[in-house]
Amino acid sequence: MHNATIKSLSAELAARKLSSVELAKHFIKRIKVLNTKYHCFITLDEEASLKQARAADRLRAAGSGQPLTGIPIAQKDIFCTRGWLTTCGSRMLSNFISPYDAHVVERLNAAGAVNIGKTNMDEFAMGSSSETSYYGPVRNPWDVSTVPGGSSGGSAAAVAARLAPGAIGTDTGGSIRQPAALTGICGLKPTYGVVSRYGMVAFASSLDQGGPMARTAEDLALMMNIMAGFDARDSTSLEREREDYTRELGKPIKGMKVGLPKEFFAKGAAPGVVKAVEAAVAEYRKLGCETVGVSLPNMELSVPVYYVLAPAEASSNLARYDGVRYGYRAPEYSDFTDMYKKTRAQGFGAEVKRRILIGTYVLSHGYYDAYYIQAQKVRRLIARDFAEAFKRCDVIMGPTSPTTAFKIGEKAGDPVQMYLSDIYTIAVNLAGLPGMSIPCGFDAKGLPVGLQIIGNYFAEARMLNVAHQYQRATDWHTRAPKGIEVN
Amino acid sequence: MALTLDDVKRVAHLARIAIDEAEAQAVLSQLNDVFKLVARMQAVDTRGVEPMSHALDLVQRLREDAVTESDQHSLFQSVAPHVEGDLYLVPKVIE
Repeated sequence: MHNATIKSLSAELAARKLSSVELAKHFIKRIKVLNTKYHCFITLDEEASLKQARAADRLRAAGSGQPLTGIPIAQKDIFCTRGWLTTCGSRMLSNFISPYDAHVVERLNAAGAVNIGKTNMDEFAMGSSSETSYYGPVRNPWDVSTVPGGSSGGSAAAVAARLAPGAIGTDTGGSIRQPAALTGICGLKPTYGVVSRYGMVAFASSLDQGGPMARTAEDLALMMNIMAGFDARDSTSLEREREDYTRELGKPIKGMKVGLPKEFFAKGAAPGVVKAVEAAVAEYRKLGCETVGVSLPNMELSVPVYYVLAPAEASSNLARYDGVRYGYRAPEYSDFTDMYKKTRAQGFGAEVKRRILIGTYVLSHGYYDAYYIQAQKVRRLIARDFAEAFKRCDVIMGPTSPTTAFKIGEKAGDPVQMYLSDIYTIAVNLAGLPGMSIPCGFDAKGLPVGLQIIGNYFAEARMLNVAHQYQRATDWHTRAPKGIEVN
Repeated sequence: MALTLDDVKRVAHLARIAIDEAEAQAVLSQLNDVFKLVARMQAVDTRGVEPMSHALDLVQRLREDAVTESDQHSLFQSVAPHVEGDLYLVPKVIE
């Protein structure tokens, strides 16, 4: 049951061969046993999950089931979920029971999906390893001494360990794609503005975007059909016609032009990663695609640009945590300012504080033009590189991450090394483009490698089919880590 | 240009984060590493390039000037650290 895809579980639920309650109980049992090993989840609420499952069974019985009705979905703990603890991986929100639902959560609820639990993550989504969580690090099911990537590491590890058939994540600089790559699953970051940010705890608002994580491209498409859509409460939500993200699935991709940016293959990526990605590209040639060399000359500037813009936006967004209206407040303080300072010193972890300090500095008097405005200008140059590249190709491919999963603790003391693990993903957020990662093999250590597929604005449906065609021809996406069996 | 210990303390004050001497020292070297990385971007010639603040360069949507929110203050205050008589309690601000 737990190896089945959302699509096949949905068919079984529709055929009444399986009930939502049975399905929820099966995953809850697995989570109870395996969560001690992987620390994927921060909060479980068995009663709440089963209540949703019972409601889903009633919907199915009444003939009003949709594809996600009764499907257990894990929610990254960055999504506000009414009545559930919503911590964002931080002590600052360690007592925050959300009084409202994020737009994405509302939509999943309306579709009859079952929230199976809230997943662990880097604190306030700031990290590439899921180690900065106040609740302790998530472990990669492929090797528990390694990280699952981040920041949506709990969601990724939960899907990889078959603790949920799908999960929702967020991606500001690679936080869906990089953990998907490191845990051997699929993840999609949509075009900026396609999924509402309402109720998604804000990190860097001009880059944050929610998206689906699952084991197949088809399942991502089913989730996108629910998650995407206009929401007036997010000022950057796009008013577009509703799309069916499954509409391209099955169409031939013969003759499609795949752009290979030389910067993605030049240097820096581990040999095992390059080998698997090149093999995937060869598979696409076999499927009839044509490959063309393209260049993203400013891509190497994406990490420096990101580490000005994202901390600047974060320092502003995280100013709201003042110990007054919600969240943590320091137990002892002398006056108002002291209450702010102690609350924030105790409530935020080291990486979050580091980024707030960077952001405050680059936005402070005398530095704004040299850092923030300059970064926004280089951001445009990076976006223009993609526009040029897409004149010559339909999709861009390359590695998602320069390495496979690294050891827990390996990069924790060196922020810059950690930041560079998002070298291939960050530019996509800066440009606002859709990007996804799908499994494409393993390195010599047996750790999964992710293939990144980048499309032009609003090309999600086409990208999902590009991934789907690969998954029809290969079986990497069906591989499961050892040690996930539960008696 | 490297940051100084005073810069770190000043910025921590602006950000309202209490920081002690040892912590400030440790953060200083990490921030300088980050700014070394950031320096790569500062050398780029961006004359004539418009700053990009949004991926799709959208204009802000306008809405009717109408009340759309219902009163949920008791729900929202149920998660506040200290509330009395529908008011958020904070330390004395004005003597």
